[in-house]
Amino acid sequence: MLSFILRRLAQSLLVMAVVSAISFSLFNFVGDPVNNMVGQDATREDRVRIRNELGLNDPVLTQYFRFMGNALQADFGLSYRIKRPVDELIIERLPATLELVFASAVIALVLGITAGVYTGIRRNSWLSRSILSVSLVGVSLPTFIIGIGLIYLFAVILRWLPSSGRSGVVELGWWKTNFLTLDGWRSIILPALTLSLFQMTMILRLVRAEMLEVMQADFIKFARARGLAERAINFTHALKNTLVPVITIIGINIGGLIAFSVITETVFQWPGTGLMFIQAVDFVDVPIMAAYLCFVALMFVVVNLVVDLLYFAIDPRIRIRGR
Amino acid sequence: MRHYLTKGAMMAGVSALALGLAAQNALAENVLRWTSQGDALTLDPMSQNEGPTNTMNGMIYESLVTRDAGMTLQPELAESWTSAPDGWTFKLREGVKFHDGADFTAEDVVFSFERAKSESSDFKEQAKAVASVEVIDDYTVKLVTDGPNPILPNQLTSIYMVDKGWAETNNVVLPQDFAAKEETYSVRNANGTGPFMVTSRAPDELTVLSAFDGWWGKGQFPGNVDKIEYRPIANAATRVAALLSGEVDFVLDPPLQDLKRIEATDGLKITTVAQIRSIFFGMDQGVDELRSSNIKGENPFKDVRVREAINLSIDKAAIQRVVMEGLSFPTGMITPPGVLGNTPDNDPPYPYDPEKAKALLAEAGYPDGFSIQLDCPNNRYNNDEKICQAAVAMLAKVGIDVSLSAIPKAQHFPKIQNRTTDFYLLGWGVPTLDSHYVFSYLLDKEGSWNATGYDNARVNEITGMITTETDIETRTALITEAWGIIKEEMPYAPIHHQVIAWAMAAGVEAPIAADDGLRPRYVVMN
Repeated sequence: MLSFILRRLAQSLLVMAVVSAISFSLFNFVGDPVNNMVGQDATREDRVRIRNELGLNDPVLTQYFRFMGNALQADFGLSYRIKRPVDELIIERLPATLELVFASAVIALVLGITAGVYTGIRRNSWLSRSILSVSLVGVSLPTFIIGIGLIYLFAVILRWLPSSGRSGVVELGWWKTNFLTLDGWRSIILPALTLSLFQMTMILRLVRAEMLEVMQADFIKFARARGLAERAINFTHALKNTLVPVITIIGINIGGLIAFSVITETVFQWPGTGLMFIQAVDFVDVPIMAAYLCFVALMFVVVNLVVDLLYFAIDPRIRIRGR
Repeated sequence: MRHYLTKGAMMAGVSALALGLAAQNALAENVLRWTSQGDALTLDPMSQNEGPTNTMNGMIYESLVTRDAGMTLQPELAESWTSAPDGWTFKLREGVKFHDGADFTAEDVVFSFERAKSESSDFKEQAKAVASVEVIDDYTVKLVTDGPNPILPNQLTSIYMVDKGWAETNNVVLPQDFAAKEETYSVRNANGTGPFMVTSRAPDELTVLSAFDGWWGKGQFPGNVDKIEYRPIANAATRVAALLSGEVDFVLDPPLQDLKRIEATDGLKITTVAQIRSIFFGMDQGVDELRSSNIKGENPFKDVRVREAINLSIDKAAIQRVVMEGLSFPTGMITPPGVLGNTPDNDPPYPYDPEKAKALLAEAGYPDGFSIQLDCPNNRYNNDEKICQAAVAMLAKVGIDVSLSAIPKAQHFPKIQNRTTDFYLLGWGVPTLDSHYVFSYLLDKEGSWNATGYDNARVNEITGMITTETDIETRTALITEAWGIIKEEMPYAPIHHQVIAWAMAAGVEAPIAADDGLRPRYVVMN
């Protein structure tokens, strides 16, 4: 068990190093940050001076090692755009992204599994069929179109929910939460729903397919023969056996949710790390881009590690093989 | 049935609550809730010379002289000014307080100019016109210039006054350095003399400003805004949705394609004005061989007939009609009306005449045209990429084979600054409203944005002469002479002057300004 974790950790570090190196080499193609940092009437000499001060004329490798050296000391530098420390900015905006991801993961799981079990059992009912066809929309439409559509429906036409922004936050120490006020709930519903739609569809279809297969299995027939209640069969025996692939997918996709939140946050002006990243790309704010990409890589790595560990808990067969 | 009832009741409850909140807001005071694409980058009034930052800081800070919405110079912290051979004397307004209660005096003017001229200031190009500041008494200063400077007041409208004591106490005597490791106090805190003071600031989320009770101009301006709530919304469709749903009263930059729809909505309106910004193509006539052309060993753009052919083959009226949905003014100059030097004689666009263009190309020795790359930004000006696409199609008709490279501004502008582009789109705004700003950057051979390599001895000479010529008539004649030369030699191919559109609720009266600046002291909310 311990060796397994250590091996995984070593792999994770390697992944981090590769991701940071690749992302860093890409920054050279994003453009010249100095252009955005000074007004149009700045002189050429001034631009050169600033490039030198920032070390932008050094070879990429030198810049990379300088970044890594500073990063290992938890110094990610100052944002070119808003001139504040990057680590502070990420920590400040992280709660918004994590709460959004959490809310949409919950929506995706609860609705996805429920609808998946239902459509798996009542294959031919009209409700199942309509759920399946509506769910197609979830996978085929791009996130920003769904987001804009929801905004027009719920904010412009019906005026039930705010169109954008994160209002009604309550501060708990440094963490700002949406979940303690009605306003907070109102503002998180639309972005969370938008972000969850794709995952929800995927979970629904996965659970449904697994359910269809499991329901044919012998142990379900035996459970029926034992006279167990239908509900107990469906949710205890059948569902439990569908969960291993579902958890894998969810694990991978929580990382995906964080990455996808870039688009959702931009559409809804949700003040999280994704919105900050998009604005950084626009501005060529290298310190923020570098730190954010490393952060996302870290999230993926951690989530995958946790998923691997969860297998141990859920499936005894892996535990045996793991030795 | 019961199910439906509860659901309905819940929804009714939610909307009642929403209405209640809105009503509560409206009753308390006049709150101007507005949005635009990008937030101010910093509250430090000297660290970033950029549109949204200047607009926000202009509500909090003030300069000696300012411009009203009609772009006329107005006294702000100076009550009057007179010119002298070696500078200008400014009589300061008395009784002006900073937001923290400190008095505004001559020593703050001295300090502010020193700060603006420091190396880490982004306003040092404007401030360097002032060689030094002499204090005559507490409320009189003399801004000393190197020789006569006829347009100094024009150059001072975005040099904001900072309190010396406050800056010293908070260790922000200098604007933040790019190589700095820590955030300085003035990034999120401000202390100006302006009509509004910062109540709270969360960058990219919400900035709340409230009226400053001790403002000198209280009662002298028509505006009745008590509080300003600014929420940047990056996505254009979301920005429009926020206006349509009544969550904001004012949108500074509604997307052009949505204007008709906003105007058709009850309770909303659009105002437009010609912007102080012209859009044009630059042609590199300085190098001996173009980098991207199939013509080797010579540069077609060196021949004025080729440059004229380019001008004649672009249908400016079609670009206005099709690409800009009518929201532009086609032009034959690279600077708009409102800037000293734009004249009704020179402003009309070059005619659209593809036949003559073909003939000119043949005459110049390129009967089959040539190939070239056009560099174009895709996130800077209104419909910038679409303008370039249209031009590519138009130039193809006369045989010029253009390959388009449309890229983000952060990659596009360095090509111009480093002079590594053959053919490019650029827009130019003129904060001083004087042609000198256009000549010195775009037409002088040393101009830092002149990637055309254009080098005309007389134009260079005039650029120098108008910095010191104080006789207005002589100076204007020189400027007109230079524009005449440029009209003949066509180093650029002008397209149009941009139009600004603002969208707002019917109850908001905000005078639109050609510099795209929202001036809340004139905003009336009914």
